[in-house]
Amino acid sequence: MTTTTSPTTGSSSGGRNYPGYGRPLWQRLLIRRETAIIALLVVVIVVASAAVPHFGAPITYNFLLLDTAPILLIALPMTLVIITGEIDLSVASAMGLSSSIIGLLTQAHWPFPAAAAIALLVGLIGGAVNGLLVTRVGLPSLAVTIGTLALYRGLAQGLLGTTAVTSFPAFWTDLATSTLPGTLIPSVTVLIVVLALIFGALLHFTPFGRGIYAIGLSPDAAAFSGVKIQRTKFILFMLAGFVSALAGIFYTLRFGSARGDNATGLELSVVAAVLLGGVSIFGGRGALPGVLAGALLIGVLASALRLAGITSDVINVITGTLLVLSVILTSFLAWLQRMRLSAGRKRRETGGSASS
Amino acid sequence: MFQTRHSVRLAGVATLAAAAMLLAGCAASGGSSSGGSGSKNYAITFLPKNLGNAYFDTSDAGGKKAIAEFKGTYAEVGPATAAPDAQVSYINTLTQKQVGAIVLSADDQKAPCSAINQAQKAGVKVVTFDSDTAVGCRDLFINQATADGIAKVEVDMIAKQINDSGEIAILSASANATNQNAWIDLMKKDLAANHPNIKLDDVVYGNDDDQTSFDKTAALLQTYPNLKGIISPTTVGIAAAARYISTSAFKGKVAVTGLGTPNQMKAYVKDGTVTAFALWNPGDLGYLAAYAAKALIDGTITGKEGDSFKAGTLGSFKVGKDGTVLLGDPFQYNKDNIDQFNF
Repeated sequence: MTTTTSPTTGSSSGGRNYPGYGRPLWQRLLIRRETAIIALLVVVIVVASAAVPHFGAPITYNFLLLDTAPILLIALPMTLVIITGEIDLSVASAMGLSSSIIGLLTQAHWPFPAAAAIALLVGLIGGAVNGLLVTRVGLPSLAVTIGTLALYRGLAQGLLGTTAVTSFPAFWTDLATSTLPGTLIPSVTVLIVVLALIFGALLHFTPFGRGIYAIGLSPDAAAFSGVKIQRTKFILFMLAGFVSALAGIFYTLRFGSARGDNATGLELSVVAAVLLGGVSIFGGRGALPGVLAGALLIGVLASALRLAGITSDVINVITGTLLVLSVILTSFLAWLQRMRLSAGRKRRETGGSASS
Repeated sequence: MFQTRHSVRLAGVATLAAAAMLLAGCAASGGSSSGGSGSKNYAITFLPKNLGNAYFDTSDAGGKKAIAEFKGTYAEVGPATAAPDAQVSYINTLTQKQVGAIVLSADDQKAPCSAINQAQKAGVKVVTFDSDTAVGCRDLFINQATADGIAKVEVDMIAKQINDSGEIAILSASANATNQNAWIDLMKKDLAANHPNIKLDDVVYGNDDDQTSFDKTAALLQTYPNLKGIISPTTVGIAAAARYISTSAFKGKVAVTGLGTPNQMKAYVKDGTVTAFALWNPGDLGYLAAYAAKALIDGTITGKEGDSFKAGTLGSFKVGKDGTVLLGDPFQYNKDNIDQFNF
């Protein structure tokens, strides 16, 4: 976990007051959205284990990881996309399309790895279409991906119709629900950890990742500093398409059922997890550990509340409230800090990112 | 600076505390649902395709009534919207809570199966109703009606309503609708064998679209002036046909019957356009499913062909091929009983 916000120095003449670095390192690491979400996750797990019967059992975490695996996977590229200030709402439809394609090819007696490879390729192409429309044509990603959300879902349902393909090789379906030897940890966790490390390294430890933050904070400044904005965004949309297709394959194998309407509405869970994890929807701020904690927090809450016998409507209300509160809290803290700073220095601070 | 840090920390602590209390409060009110009366675990949970669906409200109420009769613990959980995977996390949760049985209407034939297998391994009995999973993956399926039963009740109703003689037509769903075509074939055979004075003029297709079905009804009545009855084996078709006839000169002269739902048909039954129509009774379906779950928990049946069990006021039932229990003949709705139903 490194510090994430590269401060735009602006016109700080001689004063050397970087709002983002105004406090000692340990404070900057501890008092931030990501840490708060991780702490909240731990608290919820502890409270739920104590208060909700059956929650403490190891099998809970097996179900939990299997349930949240697609969200965790897609949240990785989604975080990068949102940090650049864009969004990709077509991810769940891309999952459905990938599911339909492996279903269709399996039905046509293709070997499973070949079918999966085609599905991944289609995911990549789908992401490239989003990327092209956003970067080359210059359309807003919200509009583009709402369009492709409908388009990819339509293709998925058109390919399979109302039928469901269920004849997948047992080896692959068993693999999707298998656990690591001697534990109850699902094997898919390995995939999540590996991808999280790759995306984490990409975002936090490479010039490419610095560029992602720079684009989100100020596209103009990024362009003048030599960040290839269009290329970066294009690559990120392709990654989102690819990982969505991968999640679609996992989803299909886990349930053993390829349907055009698989994973409908999952894009909103992904965006919710990313925002809860401390990523700013306006771009430029956020970190992967927080996002992973955000996704798990939503899953843990839902799991605990289900075990406590709460109905789905109430679970949605609680998750939604939590999300709104977390967003309000950030804005409130930022506002509070601005007030303090301006009162203290009798000078108006214009930089928005006071606390992160 | 010091004050700022303090307030940040305070706010963080407040959020954590609020979330913790929220969770603890919910946990307390939820309570534990396992356990039951005596030594058998009669905690039976209904898992419909989705909550807030009047059809499942009716069927689950039937289940609740049955469970109250044998002093079990009834519960109903389910997703807000039906999706292929939506029931899986609920099945998992119920497995962890060690309920005695799950009674579900499956959203997908295959998707819940691995979760169901896990539940069965943990000793939970699984009964499907209304919509089945793959045969191997549940203990029993409570089938609402067979094709034979549906075809027969529709022919019987029209024969009674037109005194077993005259011209009729069928207003179906789409030309390639599997269920409807199977029923129509059976109806044709039944008419030829048992009702020689009834002549089937035509089969038309409204594509389960309200306006198309409405127009096709109008066309039928003009093409066949001697038409005495219309059978519509689809809920969209029967409502559209009844709507057309209720506002036309044919009201009371041309009989309309078929498969419909009570709320849709209430007005036409009351104004005399429709004498009777059929569908299964979802309340009975849920009631039977609950008793089937009880018999599985008791161990008096295992779900194999030939097993038989008692289902309260509905009487005794036998398990048929593929672990299927048939509810019985479709239920006929008429002006005397339609007000008891709300779905």
